[in-house]
Amino acid sequence: MSLGVLSLGHFLTLGGILFALSVIGIFLNRRNLIVLLMAIELMLLAVNMNFVAFSHYLPMEADRMGGQVFVFFILTVAAAESAIGLAILVVLFRNRASIAVDQLDTLKG
Amino acid sequence: MASITMNNTTALFYVFSAVLLLASFRVITARSTVHAALFLVLAFFTASCLWMLLSAEFLAITLVLVYVGAVMVLFLFVVMMLDINTDSFREGFWKHFPLAGLVGAVIALELALVLLPGFAVTQAPVDPALAKLGNTRMLGIEIYTKYLYPLQIAAVLLLVAIIAAIALTLRKRKDSKYLDPGEQVKARKEDRVRIVKMDAVVQAPAAPQKGEGQP
Repeated sequence: MSLGVLSLGHFLTLGGILFALSVIGIFLNRRNLIVLLMAIELMLLAVNMNFVAFSHYLPMEADRMGGQVFVFFILTVAAAESAIGLAILVVLFRNRASIAVDQLDTLKG
Repeated sequence: MASITMNNTTALFYVFSAVLLLASFRVITARSTVHAALFLVLAFFTASCLWMLLSAEFLAITLVLVYVGAVMVLFLFVVMMLDINTDSFREGFWKHFPLAGLVGAVIALELALVLLPGFAVTQAPVDPALAKLGNTRMLGIEIYTKYLYPLQIAAVLLLVAIIAAIALTLRKRKDSKYLDPGEQVKARKEDRVRIVKMDAVVQAPAAPQKGEGQP
């Protein structure tokens, strides 16, 4: 293992660190719903990074484009998710005048 | 760390990774939400540069177009539209940091321990079809032949997302004057006009006398 030569492990490790950072972000921003959504977007980016890296380094006989097609679909789902999430956020702010997560305890769960 | 054999691609990888990790760290710690959104734009842009290194050109451009162009603008729009008091979010912000940092460091360390030596593939195979057709055309062939049905489902999913977002945020204005055309068409003469039959009870005035009314 040499750090000077680029390998698949480098990209996977970068994705792992990115994922860990967004987990930290979810821990830290327990109140701000918008930054929570941004941390989820970062998590999806880390996963997509792994898919693209695998698709590049797979051997010829494997289904190499499959990883990139999957990233395509993940991007679609992520866009839909953030659109609906932000719409829910707007409705929430209209009704409660706040987006603090710890105040959303109407269900007493 | 830097060995003598480090070539251009490796150097670019380290530069982009550093920018990506710094930007995502600023996303989760930024004081203002607008700054967080702008750093997220930087993170996405750098990630698309990294995907270029992996010769996934179409997805790199798509990431910039879809994320930076659409999703992040939506984020910024919502952040600026809502009048959020960000100071209340900051109190007790670093209280959870020891636990969060521990969990994050353990995740990153474990993943690095497994992934870095375990996937030491350095040589990516050179696909002759990729050199001839290009990444975009190969992805298009895959999507429109092998993955046509999932593509249709993804399109329906986007439609559902559009309708859901509009239906959630749509509200009727109370101060606008509005007429329902259906109600207007349904109106009949009997609803609007009341015809009253009554006898003529007022006496007709007498005919004017001769000479009267003349100067």
